[in-house]
Amino acid sequence: MLHIAQTALTLGCVYSLVALALFLSYRVLDIADLTTDGCFVFGMALSVSAAAAGHPLLGILMAVIGGGCAGYVTAFLQTRLGVPSILAGIVTNTGLYTVNLMAMGWSANVSLLKQTTIFTMARDMGIFGGWYQFAVVFAASALGMLFMRWFLRTRLGLSIRATGDNLDMVSASSINPKFTIAVGLILANCFTGLCGGLVGQMQKSADINAGTGIVVIGLASLIIGETVISGRKSIGRNILACLVGNIIYRFIYALILQTRILPIECLKLMTAVIVALAIAAPTIRANLATKARERKESAL
Amino acid sequence: MLEIQNLSKVFNPGTINEKKAISHMNLVVNDGDFITILGSNGAGKSTLFNAIAGVFLADEGKIILDGENITFQPDHRRSKYIGRLFQDPLKGTAPHMTIEENLALAFLRAGHSTDSFSRISKKDHEMFKEKLRLLEMGLEDRMNTQVGTLSGGQRQALTLLMATIVPPKLLLLDEHTAALDPAAAEKIMKLTEEIVAANHTTCLMITHNLHQALKTGNRTLMMADGRIILDLKGEERESLTMEELLRRFREGAKEELDDDRILLSDH
Repeated sequence: MLHIAQTALTLGCVYSLVALALFLSYRVLDIADLTTDGCFVFGMALSVSAAAAGHPLLGILMAVIGGGCAGYVTAFLQTRLGVPSILAGIVTNTGLYTVNLMAMGWSANVSLLKQTTIFTMARDMGIFGGWYQFAVVFAASALGMLFMRWFLRTRLGLSIRATGDNLDMVSASSINPKFTIAVGLILANCFTGLCGGLVGQMQKSADINAGTGIVVIGLASLIIGETVISGRKSIGRNILACLVGNIIYRFIYALILQTRILPIECLKLMTAVIVALAIAAPTIRANLATKARERKESAL
Repeated sequence: MLEIQNLSKVFNPGTINEKKAISHMNLVVNDGDFITILGSNGAGKSTLFNAIAGVFLADEGKIILDGENITFQPDHRRSKYIGRLFQDPLKGTAPHMTIEENLALAFLRAGHSTDSFSRISKKDHEMFKEKLRLLEMGLEDRMNTQVGTLSGGQRQALTLLMATIVPPKLLLLDEHTAALDPAAAEKIMKLTEEIVAANHTTCLMITHNLHQALKTGNRTLMMADGRIILDLKGEERESLTMEELLRRFREGAKEELDDDRILLSDH
C-alpha cells in the first residue's frame, strides 16, 4: 500500500507540471493548446538523449527550452500568421513528431541503462532514502507552483490574465495581445517540456508515443483538483488544484491497476469520459434545471 | 494638441455595403478642451474614435497628437497615452480579476516603469485605496473582490479610474453613461467631470443627450455623414438654447437626406 501511495504521489507531482501548463493556456489564456502531447515527448526526447550522452542536468534544461520553442511555434502560427489556435497546436504537434524522432537519433525509443540521471544523482546523495524520486519531482512541482503564483501577479502575468479574461479591454489598454499570448504559450510549454524531461529520466526511457493523451489527462487532473478544493476562486487555489487533482487522479489510476476493477486498457477511455463530463457539467446542470422547472410549472 | 487632417475611412469599399464612415475630416483639438460630440446613428462618431485610438488604419489623412504623427502607430502603443471608455461597462475591466489587480494592470502598464516583472507594492496598494475612496462606492473595502460581481455603474466607475489613474493625454468617452441607470449615469458623469477637471485632461465625449452636450465641456461638435457640420464654442455656444440646437440637429440630418435625393435624381 505504501508503495502505491509513493508511486501515486510521485507521479502526481511530476504530472502536475502539465496541469500547470494547461492551467496557464486553457484556464488563464482560454486557449486549447494542443501542442502539449508532442511537446511532452519533445522534452522527454531531449532530456533522455542528453542523459544518454552523460549530461542529465543539461538534458532537463534542454527539455525546458525545447518546450518553450515548441510553444513559440504554435504562438507564431496563431498570432502572426492567423492560424486558428486549435489548428496551430495540431500543426505544431504533427511537425514535432518528426522533430522528436530526430531528437532521439531517428529511432522510436531511447533507453538509459547505467547512465546518470538527476534521479540517480538524488539517490546517491543518500539523504532521501527510498523517496529520492519523490523528492526530486516534489521540488520541481513546488518550484513550478511558486513560480506560477509569483509570475501571475507581476505586470506581465496580469496582462496575460487580462488577455484571456477580456480581449476588448486588452486592446484598449496598452497590452499587445500577440505578445501576451506568445509569452503564455511559451511558458506553458516550458512546463510541459520540463514534465516530459523529468518523466523520461525517471522512467529511464523515451518513447515516441509517450505523449498520447497527455493533454486530456492533464485537463482531467486540473478539473478534479478544481472540483475538490473548489478552485477558480483565487490564483493560489487554482495552482494548488493542479497538484491535488493530479495526485487524486494517480491514486485512482493506481487503484485500478492494483484491484483490476477495470481492465487497464480502459483507462484512457475512462479519462476521456471524466474530462467530457466535467467540462459538460455546467451545461448539463443548466439543461436539467430548465427541464425540472418546466415539468414543475406545467404540473401546476 | 490633437490634429486630424483630411481623415477618411470607407468600410467595405467596392461592395454594395460600401459606407463612407468619415470623409475628409479636419479637426484641431486644443490643450484642455472638453469637447462633446453629437450626431445621429451612423454619423461616424465612433469611427472617429476608433481611428484616433488606432483600432484601424485610416484610408487617408493624418492623426497628430502633441506634434507626433501617430497615424501608423498600433492601438496598444497609443493606449499608453489615450484612455478610452465604451458604452458597454463590461468592456473595460477583466471580470475574473480582482479590483486591485485591474487597477494594478492599468497603473503598471501606463506608468513609466518598463519592468515586466514589477508587482503591486504597499505604496501602490494604499494609493489604489485612496483613489477608490474618491468614487464613494465603498470599493476601497472590497479590493479583493472579483470585478465580475460588481454592478454596471461600479464597473464603469472602475474603468474610468483605470483610464485616468495615470492621467492620459487624451480621454475618449464613447457614450460611457448610456447603458447605466439614471442615478449611476449621473454619478459617473459627475466623477468624469471631477477627474477631467482635476487633471486638465483633454477629452472628447460622444453623447446623445443634447442637454448634456451643451452643459458639459467647452465645445460641441455635431457630426453627420462622416463630417463635422457644426462646431460650437465660446459665446455662440453659451447663448444657444436647446430648441435651437435641436432645430440645427434636425437640419443637419435633413441636409443629408436632401443630398441623397439630389444624388439619386442625378442618376
